[in-house]
Amino acid sequence: MATLNLRNIVKRFGLVDVIHGISFDIDDGEFVVFVGPSGCGKSTLLRMICGLESVSEGEVLIDGRVMNVIPAARRGLALVFQSYALYPHMTVYQNMAFGLENLGTPKAEIQARVAEAARMLRLEPFLQRKPTALSGGQRQRVAIGRAIVREPKVFLFDEPLSNLDAELRVGMRAEIAQLHRRLKTTMIYVTHDQVEAMTMADKIVVLRSGRVEQVGPPLEIYNNPANQFVAGFIGSPRMNFLTGRVTVAGPDGLTVEVPAVGTIHTRAVAPGAPGQEVVIGIRPEHISQGHRATNNVSGIVANVEQLGGLSYIRLNDPDMTVQLSGQTRLGFGDRTEINLPEADIHVFDAQGLAIARAEPVQSMAALA
Amino acid sequence: MAALTRMLSAKRGFAHWDWTDWISYVYLVFGTLLMFGPVLWLVFSSVKSPSGLVEFPPTLLPWEQTRVSVPGQTASLPLFKIAEGDHAGQTLAEIRKIGLQATMVDPAKPDTTIRVPAAGLKKVMHLRAAWENYTDLIAKLNFGLYLWNTVFITIVATALTLLVNSMAAFALSKYRFKGREPVFMVMLATLMIPPTIVLVPNYLIAAVLGLTNSLWGVIWPAVATPTGVFILRQYMLTLPDDLLEAARMDNASEWRIYWRIVLPLSAPALAVLAIFSVMWRWNEFLWPMVVLSRSESFTLQLALNSFQGDLETQWNYLLAMTVVTLLPVTIIFLLLQRYITQGIASAGVK
Repeated sequence: MATLNLRNIVKRFGLVDVIHGISFDIDDGEFVVFVGPSGCGKSTLLRMICGLESVSEGEVLIDGRVMNVIPAARRGLALVFQSYALYPHMTVYQNMAFGLENLGTPKAEIQARVAEAARMLRLEPFLQRKPTALSGGQRQRVAIGRAIVREPKVFLFDEPLSNLDAELRVGMRAEIAQLHRRLKTTMIYVTHDQVEAMTMADKIVVLRSGRVEQVGPPLEIYNNPANQFVAGFIGSPRMNFLTGRVTVAGPDGLTVEVPAVGTIHTRAVAPGAPGQEVVIGIRPEHISQGHRATNNVSGIVANVEQLGGLSYIRLNDPDMTVQLSGQTRLGFGDRTEINLPEADIHVFDAQGLAIARAEPVQSMAALA
Repeated sequence: MAALTRMLSAKRGFAHWDWTDWISYVYLVFGTLLMFGPVLWLVFSSVKSPSGLVEFPPTLLPWEQTRVSVPGQTASLPLFKIAEGDHAGQTLAEIRKIGLQATMVDPAKPDTTIRVPAAGLKKVMHLRAAWENYTDLIAKLNFGLYLWNTVFITIVATALTLLVNSMAAFALSKYRFKGREPVFMVMLATLMIPPTIVLVPNYLIAAVLGLTNSLWGVIWPAVATPTGVFILRQYMLTLPDDLLEAARMDNASEWRIYWRIVLPLSAPALAVLAIFSVMWRWNEFLWPMVVLSRSESFTLQLALNSFQGDLETQWNYLLAMTVVTLLPVTIIFLLLQRYITQGIASAGVK
């Protein structure tokens, strides 16, 4: 049980800044996911929190205490490594007991705690095996078990599922989420996979090149991305972007002229002047097929991906992806008409920052 | 057995014997003889008696001339078979040979001497293993003491070598500090200095420290070896840093990380170094000869050397002792050869 605060964290390797002053707070019991493309500094940030990497500037506070110079072992955190980092020469039991032995915990208590963790993670049959004799998913559970037995204040996960196959990943995702519900411990989870971020997090921290792009609950980030990067990064398939110029800055929204596409009405209001260059964005799942009163676009089908329950249509000219529910009869080269609903269009200014909409989208959860 | 036959008759893959098969086998047999012949000869010669050793032409097996004791003669006499002349077919003992004539005696009739031409004599040979070369060695010489000295030096020096070198290798592979590379380079550079060059300075240091004529005088200078550090460092570089960090998160002290994580995981490289160290210490000659001058502290190698006198060399004992000296290293090598190849492959190439 712990809160964690970062205050203007900077990390420098030699002369190169990799983290440029990051600040945010994590509440007690929260499941926070750091997400971002590779090289964005999310793992470095995690390693600074757990003390494996020194902090060049700024402060890491756990439960209000500055942790900068406290060694990793004394911070009361447990880290699950991407590579699991199980000790290959020790049995599963020894792997889980090693940390407690180092703390001088009495044998009986070690046994009890390991047994409890093994039961929770269904590892009982494997306690006497070496890690090499386990499957990927089992190794992952041992790595988590090693963290659990120490009863840490904060769990840290460094891309823990990236070495598992797709099916196992879904299973482990649910297990970690369940673990969080049961232990109610603060957890920080690093991933580059936005699906993991969306499905597990209470709060997502989107990072890019050592800077925080946005912090917020998953649906808030999905519905109201703060900038073009976040809009493109969160959501799969990624949001469609079209570049155009503002023609009318009306009271209920900007009207944008997109070359070779047409006139698009949006609900974005704040400062926009005619002639300003903007990027409009719309998610594939918000586009519908057919003709409405406004915002109609026609394109040529370049590719169709039929998933059975869903179909993705890639259009050429303009380059767009459209998600249709169910199956479609469209084929390569067909011309089709699509409609971009005004309410679902995001507008970004030349710097990539989102231009506020008249009424921001509320998530269902927030409405309820 | 079937596997052995299959191995020894392996072919290139055709049903018939290809010419490349023949060449391979000729080459392999030649190589085997070249490598193994001298060892085999050494082992067989070590059970030859002194007279058997100087026999000409030399034989592989321990043949020696049969001798009999004849009443009236002080020494035992060598037996010969007479090939020609009046006494052809008889087996006689030779008393002396002067020029082309030999004076012989029939062991059955010791009173009558017979003169025969020396050219017609054929030696009567028999096979006999002179085990006394070994038994005498152990009885006469202080063999037990030399063996103990050598074993003590080998075991203690190897244990210390493993400890010291692995600690150095751990620091050089897993800690990032200023001057890490230069330190390592300097360490490796010492490989280029032949030991003979530093022999005198080393001796002076050993003398000042009072290590002469002490087994520790052989042990301490051998403990830190650049080769050992190199082998272990290269291997430890391949251990993932994640493991060390996991251990650090697990509250392990640096010593505990070294002792419980790094050392057990470096076992293959440690095995290689252990084998090398055992061979080096066991076979070491020059340095012990310089440091140890009293025969109570001699190692086997030094004792071996003492058989070779200025005027006379007792070859039979020398050979027997050489075999005894070779045995332990050979056995260790046989038992651990799997680790050697594994370890060299993983430590040396990367």
